[in-house]
Amino acid sequence: MTSTASRKSYGVKGAPYAHPSPTTTLKRARSAPYIFLLPASVLFLLFFALPIGYAVWLSFRKAHVSGLGLGAGARKEVWAGFGNYTEAFHDSELLHGALRVLGYGCIVVPVMLGLALLFALMLDTERVRLAPFTRLAIFLPYAIPGVVAALMWGFLYLPDVSPFYYVLDKLNLPQPNLLDGGPLYLAISNIAVWGGTGFNMIVIYTSLRSIPAEVYEAAKLDGATPLQIALKIKIPMVAPSLVLTFFFSIIATLQVFNEPTTLKPLTNSLNTSWSPLMKVYQDAFHRGDIYSAAAEATLIALATLVLSFAFLRAANSRNKQEEAR
Amino acid sequence: MSSLALGTAEPAAGTTPGTAQRPPLRRRIALIPTATLLLGAIYTLLPVAWVVIASTKSGHELFSTFTFLPGTGFTGNIKDLNAYRDGIYWQWMANSALYAGLGALLSTAVSAFSGYALATYRFRGSETLFNVLLAGVLMPPVILAIPQYLLMAKANLTDSYLSVLLPQILSPYGVYLSRIYTAAAVPADVVEAGRMDGASEWRIFTRIALPMMIPGMVTVFLFQFVAVWNNFLLPYIMLSDDERFPLTLGLYTLLEQGSNTPALYTLVITGAFLAVLPLILLFLVIQRFWSLDLLSGAVKS
Repeated sequence: MTSTASRKSYGVKGAPYAHPSPTTTLKRARSAPYIFLLPASVLFLLFFALPIGYAVWLSFRKAHVSGLGLGAGARKEVWAGFGNYTEAFHDSELLHGALRVLGYGCIVVPVMLGLALLFALMLDTERVRLAPFTRLAIFLPYAIPGVVAALMWGFLYLPDVSPFYYVLDKLNLPQPNLLDGGPLYLAISNIAVWGGTGFNMIVIYTSLRSIPAEVYEAAKLDGATPLQIALKIKIPMVAPSLVLTFFFSIIATLQVFNEPTTLKPLTNSLNTSWSPLMKVYQDAFHRGDIYSAAAEATLIALATLVLSFAFLRAANSRNKQEEAR
Repeated sequence: MSSLALGTAEPAAGTTPGTAQRPPLRRRIALIPTATLLLGAIYTLLPVAWVVIASTKSGHELFSTFTFLPGTGFTGNIKDLNAYRDGIYWQWMANSALYAGLGALLSTAVSAFSGYALATYRFRGSETLFNVLLAGVLMPPVILAIPQYLLMAKANLTDSYLSVLLPQILSPYGVYLSRIYTAAAVPADVVEAGRMDGASEWRIFTRIALPMMIPGMVTVFLFQFVAVWNNFLLPYIMLSDDERFPLTLGLYTLLEQGSNTPALYTLVITGAFLAVLPLILLFLVIQRFWSLDLLSGAVKS
């Protein structure tokens, strides 16, 4: 519609000049995409490529202190080879941080995606009530900053102000300390699950809704129960979006920082290097050793990339196997 | 679309008496799914409800009355918050609005340009460029933020508004959403027709493609707005002067001080309540104008 309208107006206006020759159009069209992509490319170079390159460069450097370390020229940057990397590999704090995050991820990812899938399937059920309200409510935490979420839950974990402890107290039940030891993992995981379930639910629900209704008709005529339809038809058909949400959840888990950092003022059991990224921050800004921090950061980035590619390859080859079948 | 229509038609047919052919014992409401979803909603709304109620309590009531019983100190808390460091809380909120509003606007423009270029032109290196831009998603923010800080320091830009604004303009996810949305919403022959009529590439983009891309761009804007509003790490690393703090960082510093002085708890809680309020309102208002489906990259053909 718009095209014919605009064609007419251009036709009248441009009549004396006739149409531009096809070759100039082609030339213009050839340079246009690069111009459109210029802002993104410049920003990418300045704020992604350059910092990454700089971090890698720093990871191979170290500070050399001559004499007593006094005066302007006493601290010099020198080549360190793989020194910072071997140090990082032997750093037990970093290793413990990685193990903690692994434990945390083993709780967060299955619980969050399990709940997201469950809610998405329930939303997709016939004759379900209050679906728009509950969908919005479950999605709501997406709009709440991680810091505020950690802060709200943090208060709910504090015995003095928490309704949970009030109930436990009235029922004379034991009151576990949620901000220490094993329960601390659950406490931090809960914040991540609370914040992330809604977004993943929407992703899965969207792909559930894109399944044409005819697919279910045959199964329904055969007397399949809603549960059977969910397990045998719906879940296999949304497998690609499950893979996607799994992938993004793993990446988010590796990068956990905000929640434990925000909970830290409320408990003594969270040290400053609880997660690997907190350790990187600690080394860079509190210990002032940007070289070690750069090496650790590079290692974490490499681990993320390797995991991502391994995962995507595995997902791809499975897809191909299924296509071949 | 069709499944949505089906979903609303079903219960309506079920409620009309006489049309039901199944035994009357059969429930009209799917009980288990509804109950499960309600439990989920209670779980997600619980901390929000707590913060709303706790913000009405005075410091004394917070520790003495049952947590879900409203208190009487709401106006007092607001007054305290206004008085705290000459109302710096409102400065934080204005800063957050600036970072998120301006940042998301610029980000949407960059995403629109890039998405349009990647979706409508065939050119050498387009796939490579797209993949390189997307790889940015995989980079942990801390790993970027520390060298970004060091480089900003070299340019004398740390502790400035720009240091928080600039690194967040390019959003790999925004470019991705913009590309797939444009590919679905802007037909190639419309662009070609504009070209045949002698319109410049810029004119084709602004007059023909952009109006078709608007719904997708609203989604990109909101996505980025929420991402910047919620960002904690970058301002945490870049800023030291609390006049430039966004809300997230301001509340965090407030909580950090509050751990020693429980009197500040009520300030933190009231601050948290007022911090989530604008985003919740934004969501409720804007819900009609954007599609959550788009957020997950699904485009109706």
